[in-house]
Amino acid sequence: MRGSLEAVAGQTPRGRFRMELRRLRRSRLYRRRTLTAYAFMLPSLIILGVFIVWPMAQALRISFTDFNVFQSNWVGLENYRKLLNDEAFHNALGNTILYAGITTPVSVGLALVFALLLNRKVRGREFFRAAIFLPVITSLAVAAIAWTFLIDPDIGIVPYWLEQIGIQTGGLGEPTWAMIWVIVVGVWKNVGFYTVMYLAGLQGIPREIYEAAEVDGATTWTRFRTMTWPLLTNTTMFVFVIALIAALQAFDQIFVMTRGGPFFQTETLVMMIYRLGFSEFQMGYAAAVSWVLVLLVFALSLLQIRYFNRRLVRY
Amino acid sequence: MATIPEAATPPRPRPDLALRLLRLTTYLVLGFVAFVVLLPFIWTLLTSFKLETDIVQYPPELFPRSLTLEHYSDIWHRIPYARLLLNTLIFAGGVTIVSLIFDSLTAYALARLEFPGRDVLFLAILVTMMLPFQVTLIPLFSLLTQLDWINTHQGLIVPRATNAFGIFFLRQFFISIPRDLEDAARVDGASEFRIYRQIVMPLALPALLTLGLFHFMYNWNDLLWPLIVTTDTSMQTLPAGLALFMGEHVVEYGLLMAGSILALLPMIVMFLLVQRKFVEGIATTGIK
Repeated sequence: MRGSLEAVAGQTPRGRFRMELRRLRRSRLYRRRTLTAYAFMLPSLIILGVFIVWPMAQALRISFTDFNVFQSNWVGLENYRKLLNDEAFHNALGNTILYAGITTPVSVGLALVFALLLNRKVRGREFFRAAIFLPVITSLAVAAIAWTFLIDPDIGIVPYWLEQIGIQTGGLGEPTWAMIWVIVVGVWKNVGFYTVMYLAGLQGIPREIYEAAEVDGATTWTRFRTMTWPLLTNTTMFVFVIALIAALQAFDQIFVMTRGGPFFQTETLVMMIYRLGFSEFQMGYAAAVSWVLVLLVFALSLLQIRYFNRRLVRY
Repeated sequence: MATIPEAATPPRPRPDLALRLLRLTTYLVLGFVAFVVLLPFIWTLLTSFKLETDIVQYPPELFPRSLTLEHYSDIWHRIPYARLLLNTLIFAGGVTIVSLIFDSLTAYALARLEFPGRDVLFLAILVTMMLPFQVTLIPLFSLLTQLDWINTHQGLIVPRATNAFGIFFLRQFFISIPRDLEDAARVDGASEFRIYRQIVMPLALPALLTLGLFHFMYNWNDLLWPLIVTTDTSMQTLPAGLALFMGEHVVEYGLLMAGSILALLPMIVMFLLVQRKFVEGIATTGIK
C-alpha cells in the first residue's frame, strides 16, 4: 500500500516514470486541444485579421499620410492639426451632434410613450407593435426614396396635408428643413426598435408592485413617476446609449435625401468621410476624420457594456 | 337605448368617464402613430400603381384614380432590375450562410474548448464589435482594389464572412447548452468536430435561425458597403442601385416606387412570417 502511494507520488523510479508519462500525455492532449481550437477558429480569425484588424491598423497609418490617388507621404500629425481649423470638419461634427442630440431624445421619448401605451390591455396590440416595428426591418435607403417624394413641396402629400391644417413646411432645398426631415426619417426608422426594448423592460417589472399601489389609490401619473420610471432607469440608459451610437453613424437617409446638402447643412461625419474618401479621394484626411468617429462611438460602447451587464443581471 | 332600467346593471360598475376618455385617447394616439409609421409603405404601394400623370398632379391624392401595372413591367428593362435583385440575394444569402458557419465554429471553440489565449481572443472580438466599421472603409477599398475584388461578389461577401456580434451571440447561446450530452459523446471518443456538428449545432438551431435573420436583413438593407464595393450597375444591390437611379432620374416616380416595393417585399413577408422571432431576438440581445 505504502509502496504504491510512493509510486504515485513519483518517489520511486517506477512512480517517476508513470508521472512523466502522464505529463507527456496531458501535454500532448493539451497541445492537440489547442490545435483543434485554433482549427475551429481559423476561418474567422483570418477574415477578422485581414478585413478588420489590418484595415484598422492601416486606417491609423493612413491618417498620418497625405494618401490620395497619386501619392502617399508621411505627414505626421498634419491631418489632425488640419481638423482643428477645418470649417468643413467643424460643420460635419456640429451637424452630427445636432442630429444625434435631437434624434436620440425624441426617439427614446416616443419609444417610452409607445411602450407604455402598448403595455396596457389594448385591442390590436400585436398589430400596433408590428406596425411600429416595420421600419426597423426594412431598408432605410429604399424607404428614404419614398420619404423624399412624400415631403416634396411640389408633389408631396405630407406638405399638402400639413398646409390644410395651417402648417407651412419647406423642402430638402432649405437648410433647416432638410435637417428636420432627415431627423424625422431617422426617428421613424428606429423608434420601433427602442419601443420593443422598452416593452421588454416593462415586462420585467413585477405586477405585484402595481397591485399594492392600486390599493393605496395612487394615480396613473404617480405610479409612473414613483415606480415605472425609476425601475426603467437601466433600460433607459441602455436604450439611450444604443440610440446615440446609431445616430452618430447616420448615413443612409442623408445620402438618399440630401447627399449632405444643401450647402453641407446635413453633412454628418460618416457623410463627410464618404465624400472625402470616395469622391474627393483625400483618403489620408478622411481616415483622420474617421478616427474622431471611432473615439465617439468607442467611448459610448464602453458605457453600453456597463448597462448591458446590469441589464442581464436585472431581468 | 334610452330606456335601459338603472336596476338592470348594478353588478358591473360603470367605468368612470376619465378612464373611458383615456382608453379612447390611447386608441386615437396609437391609430395616428400607426398611420404615420405606415404612410411611406402605403404611399409607395399605392403610387406604384398610379399613372405617372396622376403622381405629379396637384393637389396630391393618396389613392390612385386608375390602376396600372406598367411600372412593374417597365422596371425590368429600364434598369437591370433582375440583376440587382440577384446581386442582393447572392450578397445577403452568401454572407448569411458563410457567416453562420464561421461564427458558430469560432463560438464553439470559445464556449467549449480550453486553450491558451482564449480570454484575450474573446476580448478582442468584443472590441471589434464596438468599433464603427466606417473607419475600415478606406483601407478596405484599397485592399479590395489590390485584390481586384471591386465589383465582384467575393468582394462584397468575403470581408463580411464572419461577424464579431455573431460570434458573441452564438458563444452566449452555446454556453447555456448543458454539457452532459457532449461529455458522454467525448467519453465515447467522438471528435470535437462531430460533437459540434451532431450535438451542439442541432440544439442551437433557434439561435442560428435568429442570427441568420439578422445577417440576412442587415445585408439585404445595407447601403454604404455595397455603395463602396460596387461601382458598376451590373454588380450593385437594390438599395444602392435604387438610390443611385433616383439621383439620376428623379422624375420617374412610378418606376422607382415599383422597384422599392419589390425591394421591400421580401423583408416584410419574412417579418410577418417570423415576427415573434424578430421582435424577441432583438429585445433580448439589444443589438440590431
